[in-house]
Amino acid sequence: MGAAWSVFAKEFLENLRDRRTVMTALLLGPLFGPIFFSVMLQLSLDRSRVGADEIIQLPTINGAAAPNLLAYLQAQRIRTVPVEGDAAVARQLIARRTARLVLEIPAEYGAAIEAGRPAPLRLYADSSRTGDERYAMRLSAVLERYAQQIAMQRLTLRGVDPQLLAPVVVHRVDVSTPASRSLLVLGMMSFFMVLSMLTGGMYLAIDTTVGERERGTLEPLLATPAPRGQLVLGKMLATCAYMLLSLTLSTSALCIALGRIDLEQFGMSANLGPGTAVRIIAVMAPLIPLLAALMTLIAAWTRSAREAQAWLGILQLVPSVPLVFASLLNLAPRFALMPVPSLSQHFLVTQLLRAEPLDGLWLAASAGSTLLLGALLLVPVMRLYGSERVLG
Amino acid sequence: MIEARELRKRFGRIDALHGVSFVAPDARITGLLGPNGAGKSTTLRILYATLAADSGTACVDGDVVSVANTGLRRRVGVLPHNAGLYPALTARENIEYFARLCGLDRAAARKRASALIELMDLQDIAARRAKGFSQGQKIRTALARALVHSPRNLILDEPTNGLDVPAVRKLRALLLRLREQGHCILFSSHVMQEVGMLCDEAVVIAAGRVVACGTPEALRQRTQAASFEDAFVALTGDTGQDA
Repeated sequence: MGAAWSVFAKEFLENLRDRRTVMTALLLGPLFGPIFFSVMLQLSLDRSRVGADEIIQLPTINGAAAPNLLAYLQAQRIRTVPVEGDAAVARQLIARRTARLVLEIPAEYGAAIEAGRPAPLRLYADSSRTGDERYAMRLSAVLERYAQQIAMQRLTLRGVDPQLLAPVVVHRVDVSTPASRSLLVLGMMSFFMVLSMLTGGMYLAIDTTVGERERGTLEPLLATPAPRGQLVLGKMLATCAYMLLSLTLSTSALCIALGRIDLEQFGMSANLGPGTAVRIIAVMAPLIPLLAALMTLIAAWTRSAREAQAWLGILQLVPSVPLVFASLLNLAPRFALMPVPSLSQHFLVTQLLRAEPLDGLWLAASAGSTLLLGALLLVPVMRLYGSERVLG
Repeated sequence: MIEARELRKRFGRIDALHGVSFVAPDARITGLLGPNGAGKSTTLRILYATLAADSGTACVDGDVVSVANTGLRRRVGVLPHNAGLYPALTARENIEYFARLCGLDRAAARKRASALIELMDLQDIAARRAKGFSQGQKIRTALARALVHSPRNLILDEPTNGLDVPAVRKLRALLLRLREQGHCILFSSHVMQEVGMLCDEAVVIAAGRVVACGTPEALRQRTQAASFEDAFVALTGDTGQDA
């Protein structure tokens, strides 16, 4: 094991001295994702929060014709702004983006209300502006409630029970918990982690194999008395070490970044303490040897560092394949799926985030099969390093 | 002692070696001489066991060389083409890394590296990273690295490549000292003057075959050439001038 250890120490140190690579692999990769992710999350949450509390400015044409309606709107935190003009003015206001919504009260409105006929109201909005949709929806709901109020008053005046108009009342019962609601978002965490592991180890996987060959240092290395199996093992250990570092950094960064967002406020909760972070790392860790062996095999097999980079770029998509299938087929976590690498880790990490207890047998199946596959991949790597092919 | 017996090697459709045989004895400097593409590097790579010959045998101290024979590699030190140093490591770290790979423990590796740094006159660059080394500094560091496990046999692939005259003289002095200690030294080159100056015996190789061997003086006399360079041209049949 002595030679493997020497190779590991040397590769680890050498990569550490390459500051740019370290910056990319250990800072940009693992930290960019979580920061980007939490900023996006915060933004989308901020947007969905705009609603009930916000005061809507509503340009109103011919508002004087409907004083009761305006008073009702005012009470619903909708501030009407009188505007002179007609339909053309309303269209213009929206087209110039000076207003999101314009309410027009046609001249016949007052007479129709008094006569008990359906009174027309015109609401101008641009449905192609997705951000404005929720304002139109809120205003429509307010107007509908106002109409209902008038209808009930009219029925009561005529001695009819207004309840006759509501033969069925549907109560939706939402059984989702805050933790499960946040899952849509947090389900992507396992994907981020796999990605950061790959970026963390990619440079070393290339540098220790095809890079070493290109620099002409592989030849003297293979001419030393050290057994080749140990040389490969040392190289892969160094790759694994950087992958573990990257995984640790990205998991910590995600837990810290998401912990700062007040998820509870939006009806979500995530289990993001340091204990969870450690468990997540433990669940993901068996993927490290498998991915390191895969990257080393591909990089050692290619003819140049550029080719290796191209291949490993494609490889970054591979771990997401099971996740895509799982979401397309709507696969639920079950024991039979635990031997699938990447997918089982995704399920287990998700369970951890939901604060659900983990089944020991599932954990064993996931880790066992992933580690076994990694060990199997060692065979072609060792064979490649035992042959002349490795020298290109 | 290094011995090649009828070495043959093909790369795809290219015949690199058509039966190369020669002996490099102990306490002698043997030069493997030939034009570019003659098969020098291939021969050396087979001798230090990073390539396997299709047929024929390579022997070191009488034992057959093979990729699996790691024990035998303890008796061979290799200076590869272009030195092959790790640019991010210092001269000392480059030497100590190989010492560790050869099985020395940390303290022994340190001690051995210090001794070699002194032997190869590397004191002023020992703590510098190899990235900015001159060609001469690279070769001396790589030579120190090749000697780290005190091998009896040394294989040097184009050690004089890119060296200026003082650096070649320095190398020559080093090789002569190693010869006095009884080492078997085999090096390749395509530059005649250097071979004439450095080696005791020359093996001339052209198009994958050994075309002549002997002392540089004997080769010159045999071809009745005025200089060793002319002898080389006569032996390899490559005038460098298109007829």
